[in-house]
Amino acid sequence: MAAYLSPSALLFKGKQVTTSMANNLLSGANILLNCLLQEGVDCIFGYPGGVTLPLYDALYDHEIRHVLVRHEQNAAFAAQGYVRATGKVGVCCATSGPGATNLVTGLVDAMMDSIPIVAITGQVSTKLMGSDAFQEADTFGITRSATKHNFLVKNIADLPQVIHEAFYIAASGRPGPVLVDVTKDVLTGQAHYTPVTEIHLPGYRVFSEGHGGQIRRAAQMMWEAERPLVYAGGGIIAANASNELREMVEFLDVPTVCTLMGLGGLPSSHPNFISMPGMHGSYAANMGMTNADLLIALGVRFDDRVTGRLNAFAPHAKIIHVDIDPAEIGKNRHADLPIVGNVKKVIPKLTEAVREAAPAMKDKNSRARVEWWKQMRAWKADHPFSAEKSESEIKPQHLMTEIDRLSGGRAIIASDVGQHQMWAAQLIRYEEPRLWINSGGLGSMGFGLPAAIGAQFARPDKLVFAIVGDGGFQMSIPELATIANHALPIKIVVMNNGYLGMVRQWQELFYNNRLSEVTLNSFPDPEKLAGAYGFKGRTVESVSEMPKALEEAVAEPGPYLLNVKVTSFENVYPMVPAGGALNEMVLRPPQPVEV
Amino acid sequence: MQQIISLLMENKPGALMRVTGLLSQRGYNIETLTVARTLDPTLSRMTISVDVEPNIRAQVIKQMNKLINVLQATDVTDGPAANRELVLLRIRTSQSTRTAVLKEAEIFQARVVDSTTEGFVLEVTGDGEKLDEFVDVMRSYGEIEVTRSGVVSMSLDNKKLRLSPPIPRGAAPEEVLELQEAE
Repeated sequence: MAAYLSPSALLFKGKQVTTSMANNLLSGANILLNCLLQEGVDCIFGYPGGVTLPLYDALYDHEIRHVLVRHEQNAAFAAQGYVRATGKVGVCCATSGPGATNLVTGLVDAMMDSIPIVAITGQVSTKLMGSDAFQEADTFGITRSATKHNFLVKNIADLPQVIHEAFYIAASGRPGPVLVDVTKDVLTGQAHYTPVTEIHLPGYRVFSEGHGGQIRRAAQMMWEAERPLVYAGGGIIAANASNELREMVEFLDVPTVCTLMGLGGLPSSHPNFISMPGMHGSYAANMGMTNADLLIALGVRFDDRVTGRLNAFAPHAKIIHVDIDPAEIGKNRHADLPIVGNVKKVIPKLTEAVREAAPAMKDKNSRARVEWWKQMRAWKADHPFSAEKSESEIKPQHLMTEIDRLSGGRAIIASDVGQHQMWAAQLIRYEEPRLWINSGGLGSMGFGLPAAIGAQFARPDKLVFAIVGDGGFQMSIPELATIANHALPIKIVVMNNGYLGMVRQWQELFYNNRLSEVTLNSFPDPEKLAGAYGFKGRTVESVSEMPKALEEAVAEPGPYLLNVKVTSFENVYPMVPAGGALNEMVLRPPQPVEV
Repeated sequence: MQQIISLLMENKPGALMRVTGLLSQRGYNIETLTVARTLDPTLSRMTISVDVEPNIRAQVIKQMNKLINVLQATDVTDGPAANRELVLLRIRTSQSTRTAVLKEAEIFQARVVDSTTEGFVLEVTGDGEKLDEFVDVMRSYGEIEVTRSGVVSMSLDNKKLRLSPPIPRGAAPEEVLELQEAE
């Protein structure tokens, strides 16, 4: 152990390395781990295999922790959970061929939500490449469009440089996944390890500061508007800019909507927080978007699930669009005032510019703004998200409000994809950033449970709920073993309606109620299932027992699997039908008509 | 109309795939593509002509500029740029048409690169329209075979190339951003 640990430990502390130590030959696998250590990696989610044997041999007595998941896809999801809960770059690892191809969904998911992960994959030996060798796949080609950038390392001399470049690319600019495919001969090869002092990416340019003139013009527009609205997204979370956002909206006193990816960017209880806009957004948020005369779009990408029919989106509004990715500006909606930059840097400058312009501009539209606020508050008060309750059955919305009560806006909620995701976004409060963890852009079922694992490893101090549907849960059941293995105290709440609820909702509404292949029968007995893994679980069916069952789950020191039988035919509202405009949202299910 | 894109990129394995992948994932058909290294052997210059709807041309350029290996992507469709293409054309000639073929070749400033009793191989450069015409004229004299290089483009604009300087390893991304922009 000491043979290789001492040089790396010394390097890590920045101390001088003695000549004899620096001349030590290290294996590619050890060089790789040294580089990870220098990047501050403390935890890798992975699954070993044939060509990564040398790497796992080096890991055997290494200080970096490795978490053995039960499927490579979940390694990528767990790494994402780790990132989403902390902001640190997450690392996952898989072998060549099937290991690498299994990572792909997790990579695309990270790409869509701009999550910085570095994936290390093994590749067959350079000599065997292209020969249809055992467990060979063109990982480099397959993951080209699944990553922000990818590398193939065929020469051990390139390895340190590539690893550091991978971390830099993943974390900087618009974050995203980076994959490093390492051949087996590089892992087994020996080389003199020289620490990398600088990296050179001449074609990689990051714009972060924002253009001063544009920022001043934006401040003018913000004062000139009569009905301004802040539209804040995942960029606020990614850039850790929630304090900056809060300061700005407080100074300007402007209503703010946070997208699905931006929840927690402004605390849910903040008086300026309206709620989430979009397909299942609130009445107030969607009417706000439709009626605003200025949208201050911060770290958002005008996703179709937010805008509804694009040509009817925010028809009266001018757009200020701040984003770190120049390709997002004007992609879906023309920006009247584009600012390319990091919201963490641009928002304080905007606030400052607004402050400077305040004496001259403050009173200009103050009356109109008061009216606007009155309108927004009325919309919010008159049309809250409906927290349905029933005496006889458990409504899924009721389940969410009970989880909200136990969380108090402070627990990490890792959600899967579907109806439960929308209700959890609507009805649970997020008082801090990085509490709400979900697959937004790609909508990958099976995301919630492994993401909760990553989040719990990253934040052992936090109460973590995995809120999953009975569909997505069954895609991630293997990870119950990982949870049991590490006694992770995750509270798995299965919102069980016996259906693929979101698909069924669309079949009901748009396919003549022809419910095709959406019934999920044969759900396993949760008590036996959890028991088989060595922890507690149960089903709750009675509405009177449900709050207590949740409390018991939370009180349990270890993991807990709570299967909650909710009413089967509840649907998510409000809903903007696909292709509809935001103000054409349907607020409640169609009511039976009297004849 | 074809969009003509000129790219300066790192001469690395996979760089070509990233550029073409960006077009194919959107379902665009690449009409022509040429690539060769520049004066600096670590860099390549690529010219692509591709059929992209006019309203998303700017988006395609932005996406290309985002590629880590791409130093600069420029839309040179509407100039100012010199666009040229090369054609190698093999034509079978009978004794009676040889002189006429050479006469026509001269009009198009084509060079004879190979001559046999069977016919000629002619080389001609120019813009696409001129080359189309050349091919049409030659076809009227006999059986032909044609290889076209695809367009190569030289921008006449003095666009400044902004490159990122080396980044000290271990600097937090944010610090590095400042370094990059101070330049």
